[in-house]
Amino acid sequence: MKKKFMLDLVVKNNEFLNNQYFILKLSSPEKLPEMLPGQFVEVRVDGSSESFLRRPISINYVDREMNELWLLIQIIGAGTRKLSELKAGNFLNLIFPLGNSFTLPAKKDSNLLLIGGGVGIAPLLFWGSYLHKLGYKCNFLLGGRSKENLLQLCEFERFGNVHTTTEDGSHGERGFVTQHSLLKSTNFEAIYSCGPTPMMKAVALYAAEKGIFCEVSLENTMACGIGACLCCVTDTVDGHVCVCTEGPVFNITTLKWQN
Amino acid sequence: MAELKVKLGKLQLKNPVMTASGTFGYGTEYSDFIDISRIGGIIVKGTTLRERQGNPYPRMAETPSGMLNAVGLQNKGIDYFIDHIYPTIKNIDTNIFVNVSGSTLEEYIITAEKLNSLEKIPGIELNISCPNVKEGGMAFGTSCLSAAQVVKAVRMVYKNELMVKLSPNVTDISEIARAVEAEGADSISLINTLLGMAIDANKRKPILSTITGGLSGPAVKPIALRMVWQVAKAVKVPVVGMGGIMNATDAIEFLLAGATAIQVGTANFIDPTVTVKIIDGIGEYLNKNNFNSIYDLIGALET
Repeated sequence: MKKKFMLDLVVKNNEFLNNQYFILKLSSPEKLPEMLPGQFVEVRVDGSSESFLRRPISINYVDREMNELWLLIQIIGAGTRKLSELKAGNFLNLIFPLGNSFTLPAKKDSNLLLIGGGVGIAPLLFWGSYLHKLGYKCNFLLGGRSKENLLQLCEFERFGNVHTTTEDGSHGERGFVTQHSLLKSTNFEAIYSCGPTPMMKAVALYAAEKGIFCEVSLENTMACGIGACLCCVTDTVDGHVCVCTEGPVFNITTLKWQN
Repeated sequence: MAELKVKLGKLQLKNPVMTASGTFGYGTEYSDFIDISRIGGIIVKGTTLRERQGNPYPRMAETPSGMLNAVGLQNKGIDYFIDHIYPTIKNIDTNIFVNVSGSTLEEYIITAEKLNSLEKIPGIELNISCPNVKEGGMAFGTSCLSAAQVVKAVRMVYKNELMVKLSPNVTDISEIARAVEAEGADSISLINTLLGMAIDANKRKPILSTITGGLSGPAVKPIALRMVWQVAKAVKVPVVGMGGIMNATDAIEFLLAGATAIQVGTANFIDPTVTVKIIDGIGEYLNKNNFNSIYDLIGALET
């Protein structure tokens, strides 16, 4: 496993996508450590009496040329609200890089599908960019409740074909990602997914029925992020394992998902 | 430089800062961040005779200035520890304690007995205070009779440093402390977590799969400090204090209350380097106040 660091990174930019979502673009005078798609960071939330623990957040994108690390964050509670108040020039303390990463497809010409929902699309941008750079062809299927929940579409378009669904039909096909016509018309060799658990379970079911290689990225609540507290476990064929060290990316065949 | 060495029974620690069981894994989880051999003592994850899967997820809830956990002693069992984990940690230059738990008296005895033969494990912390298991755990630590019983039985078979970890979920913790001291405990550590609960008002459901769990973090510090002070007055053996220690000042408060050593727990989750910061901070405090030894501080509370 790669060495983990605790570093103060500087906020270069805090970019609001709308009133619910923002992207923190972080950098450092030093070269950022090596990071892999699927990995996450634990950020310390300073100055909030309501949030005590760090917040685990997926690595959204790494721009090597700009020496930038992006975090896509949804304002949900006191901790993420406090993070949303960060301004350019502020520092943010991170422990990273944490967890495992997505697995490269077996064949270069594999037909790949990356399925994301809501803020769960975050790690798929980094993964898509990584695959694109290695010469893989990606399809992105991104879903949200409404068009306000479809994020970073322009960024995704740089790395592959983008397909969308919304529950209210305001963008792309109406319905859930697993109802998209693409799934009926195309055979995929590998599927990677991150989003709400019910969505990932539906994706996993689809992949399992068709016998498609499928990895999902879980976002269990965590304390330490480094395998010490054993709070973030998921049930697998090998028993309870830590999502922070054995995951967050799991092959669906190892997960025991009986609700 | 002031002397930081302390003695727990026959055992010498290079400084009074230890890590609390269940918050520091087996130590190596933190070696990317700090030189773990600087720590006075590492107490590894609660270990039982047989493998335990622990409680179902969710096992953790964040609370104001703290957290609830309901891990339920997930571990691979003592034989796995001896065969697979011990070889990887035995050369760490610090005192490594194994936290021992059981569902029955017999399980405590067999587990402790197996640890006798490990040269680089100078002591055990007997956990009679885990609030997150259905059988054993805290049940042993909440009455003088059963606490005495388990300490007596383990003392018969275990020859090295025997630290006993007490539960705060009792009416009079000094009574329990005296009972375990009478049966041969070499030192007493406290407090384990306080039984608590968290509810999700929107879902109208408990947050933890077990409904209740153990509260730790700064939220419990005043209670822990009070209990350490009470126990330190009630017994002659060294007391190891813990509960919400986040920095050197917190640690010094426990030493003043009568603790010979302290354990850092939940703080490790927020700052993986906090233990060495506390060691350095205690040293600076001693120097600043012209104390020659950490013993000038222990129990030095002026009342």
